[in-house]
Amino acid sequence: MSVTQHETPHGGMPGWAWSVVVAAGLVAWWVVYHQLPALSEWIVSLLPVARDTHTGEALAFFFYDVPKVMMLLTLIVFAMGVVRSFFSPEKTRALLSGKREGVGNVMAAGLGVLTPFCSCSAVPLFIGFVSAGIPLGVTFSFLIAAPMVNEVALILLVGLVGWPVALVYLGFGLAIAIVAGWVIGRLHVEGWLQDWVRDIHSGATTPGAVESDDLSMTDRYRLGLEAVREIFAKVWIWIIVGIAMGALIHGYVPQDLMVRIMGSGTWWSVPAAVLMGVPMYTNAAGVIPIVEALLGKGAALGTVLAFMMSVIALSMPEMIILRQVLKLRLIAVFIGVVASGILAVGFLFNALF
Amino acid sequence: MKDVKVYGPGCKRCEKTEEMVKEAAAKLGIEVSVEKVTDPRAIAMAGVMSTPGVSVDGKLVHSGGLPDSGKLEGWLSA
Repeated sequence: MSVTQHETPHGGMPGWAWSVVVAAGLVAWWVVYHQLPALSEWIVSLLPVARDTHTGEALAFFFYDVPKVMMLLTLIVFAMGVVRSFFSPEKTRALLSGKREGVGNVMAAGLGVLTPFCSCSAVPLFIGFVSAGIPLGVTFSFLIAAPMVNEVALILLVGLVGWPVALVYLGFGLAIAIVAGWVIGRLHVEGWLQDWVRDIHSGATTPGAVESDDLSMTDRYRLGLEAVREIFAKVWIWIIVGIAMGALIHGYVPQDLMVRIMGSGTWWSVPAAVLMGVPMYTNAAGVIPIVEALLGKGAALGTVLAFMMSVIALSMPEMIILRQVLKLRLIAVFIGVVASGILAVGFLFNALF
Repeated sequence: MKDVKVYGPGCKRCEKTEEMVKEAAAKLGIEVSVEKVTDPRAIAMAGVMSTPGVSVDGKLVHSGGLPDSGKLEGWLSA
């Protein structure tokens, strides 16, 4: 193999050796992961802080969560990097083109979870979809699901809050993407695309004659490692900040105050959570430690989920990127429809649980 | 003289891709002109759906993620 991958010393290994290394890595991961609670207590015991003070609580939370989140991320991002090497925006486009609304929305939301996607590619991807004749609403289902229901969000929820909440998030995240996309499709707002986008007719963009699917398993493992490197470069600071915020909430915010503000008895807390979420820019990695701490302090699940979805799905930077292809009116519709979906989920949950 | 275009809105990977193209060309002793295309409209019109994308003499050879340097040399010497 003539590949020069500086970040991995295993560049020249055959496929089976990779599999052995990956398996060994998994075992080592599992062993270390189960030592983390002890590790954090040990670190805190070294510090000149009493364990049962507010500061002690906050520090223990911080030193437990940082390595835990980092380890969970490494594992899942690697796994998803490998899985995603079987998907590409081009394949997704091929799968979606010719699909009617309805079925198309469902497929688009599902593929949004699996297709490798970076918000910096949102514009080319949008054009690629629309020019292939994929209905606008179906394209939106994809664009809503891709950032909101991602592996980072799901695995952090499993690790920090528990799998029932993660499943609920997955289900309702997909539901919002499907329904919101469908509604946008029904509204027939094609006229609110930027003019240049509307003028692109099918076939104006040549489907990329890109790499065929000749990746070996080694290539896929390498893509997994690449994904880990990239995600870490992007999110580590958000994780630290998010966990620090979570730790402050965990250590200092009084329980009764939180129940009063974000408890299920307060009707306005859901819309307030959604509104607060829009200007906040972080990603799943930053917001979930906050979610964990809020839940621990007695905040209602629906309110917290609404906050989290709003932070991740309705972010200002993404709106600015989309502004290049959508007229302001359509962005407003997009925000309105998605925000309504999130509100509905928040209220529904607070009513049910 | 090969005419290479690197498509990308200016993310880290796009810059890295540009470097990789130049390195590969230098290694092979091929003269190239590398142009970075950052306008999202132009990127989309070229048929690139995931960035970074690379085209050589007008033919799109790669899109999405860092290219493999071995393959990159292959495209440049083709």
